Amino acid sequence: MVSDAVEIRNLTKRFGDFTAVDNISFNVRRGEIFGFLGANGAGKTTAMRILCGLSRPTSGEGTVAGYDINTQQEKIKRRIGYMSQKFSLYPDLTVRENIRLFGGIYGLKDKEIKEKTDTLLSMLDMRQERDKFAGSLPLGWKQKLAFSIAMIHDPEIIFLDEPTGGVDPETRRRFWEMIYDASEKGTTVFVTTHYMDEAEYCDRVSVMVDGRIAALDSPERLKEMYRAENMDEVFRTIVGRSGKEDSR
Amino acid sequence: MNNTIDIEGISKSYGDVHALNGISLHVGPGEIFGLIGPDGAGKTTLFRIMTTLMLPDSGTGTVCGLDIVKDCSRLRRIIGYMPGRFSLYQDLTVKENLDYFATLFGTTVKDNYENIKEIYSQIEPFADRRAGKLSGGMKQKLALCCALVHKPSVLFLDEPTTGVDAVSRKDFWAMLSRIRASGVTVLVSTPYMDEAARCDRLALIRDGSVIGMGSPEEITAGFPFRLLAVKGSRMYPVLKILRGTEGVISCFSFGDSHHLTYDPEVTGRERILETLADAGFDDCTAREIRPGVEDCFMWLSHN
Repeated sequence: MVSDAVEIRNLTKRFGDFTAVDNISFNVRRGEIFGFLGANGAGKTTAMRILCGLSRPTSGEGTVAGYDINTQQEKIKRRIGYMSQKFSLYPDLTVRENIRLFGGIYGLKDKEIKEKTDTLLSMLDMRQERDKFAGSLPLGWKQKLAFSIAMIHDPEIIFLDEPTGGVDPETRRRFWEMIYDASEKGTTVFVTTHYMDEAEYCDRVSVMVDGRIAALDSPERLKEMYRAENMDEVFRTIVGRSGKEDSR
Repeated sequence: MNNTIDIEGISKSYGDVHALNGISLHVGPGEIFGLIGPDGAGKTTLFRIMTTLMLPDSGTGTVCGLDIVKDCSRLRRIIGYMPGRFSLYQDLTVKENLDYFATLFGTTVKDNYENIKEIYSQIEPFADRRAGKLSGGMKQKLALCCALVHKPSVLFLDEPTTGVDAVSRKDFWAMLSRIRASGVTVLVSTPYMDEAARCDRLALIRDGSVIGMGSPEEITAGFPFRLLAVKGSRMYPVLKILRGTEGVISCFSFGDSHHLTYDPEVTGRERILETLADAGFDDCTAREIRPGVEDCFMWLSHN
């Protein structure tokens, strides 16, 4: 039996007397584009850190890429990719050096790194830029390069934490086309975003409120269920008025 | 009528990077004026120049009639500035931060309480909490109080909603409308195109240049193409086909549909639907829609 890419049961994380993640359960299917939404402070980052093997749950169990989130964190880290808008490339390393660094971190052999570098540079049409500092590239190129580098070890799942924040409208859409391509090739995509139009591009979407998953379904079904025109309305109905964050 | 902000031909370079290329802006009193553009467009540089924190390489400007270079110390007393990065003192409490900023401007929180009451009342229960321990939403409200405590004539807000969830963003804009109603001119930047509609007027900025300016209605009225919204059950393959269809000028995803511009001499709604049906996508629909600011930004970016 092939397991799901992510299987989480009764996951809880407490910090002192504050419950950041409150008994959540969900599965992510292989090859699925899974949108992980929620208000600021709802517990998304805490949950995502556990899934990436960076933090242990207070209680609950589950697997990511088939490995146990409680006992096999190092194996999880090798089988996933991670990219965020805040950090992804070293700006003072060149394009080629960034590829080599991450290839090395993920244990690729020198020959594989060389091959990957060639494929990547031609795929991204960035041969001319290979010796430029990553920090000097236009944002759109940085994004594409960061995404490709996060995929350098052919991970089973890629975690994208607000990958398109602050990006111009066309680049944002081109970035999603890369996500679609990765998903068509079988990679599972786990993505957070504050752009509600991007929530429509996901196969399924979960919405976290106060540490719990308040809704989880396809965008079509959620819109039906909440009698909403679009995901923005769905989100507003589920999350309700903010200020909740401020009253805790 | 005198403008509150007049900026003429402002340029600024960092080494050989041209951050701003001759930007001119005119903001009327009591307007909410939006600077809309992606990261790296030059929004923050422009804010720093208008708030007298940086000198332009060339160009001139006035805010409330005061020169942004010569009158910098007088100008600083009458503006409020909320930078993009949280810039209050993390190890001072909410109340200490607010008192500190009030004192800097030679006033007290008590004297200006009416001015900040609506926002401050929401964080007052946490007055003794250190600013560094506040949630994102509360930090933002505190920063806004500190920028408003001396009753500025103009409020500069650099990306106040970046990284903020969709619900809190709506609340923030409701708050801005009320600040505007109290007579303050607001200059606000954002990378979120959906917020453009909340501005009285706006400038679309890309690579250090203004690519469009006006009210949201004026900007969308300038869109030169007819626009179709195409929906189907398998959206990504549909997108690829549409891009390769003769007469299609551009096609991009917009939430649950694709927005498509076309050359009416070559093709039309029926033709496009036929092409899709021939390729096996016979459940598609297409309807003519009016463009939004984001459609315009994408078109203007290509000019």
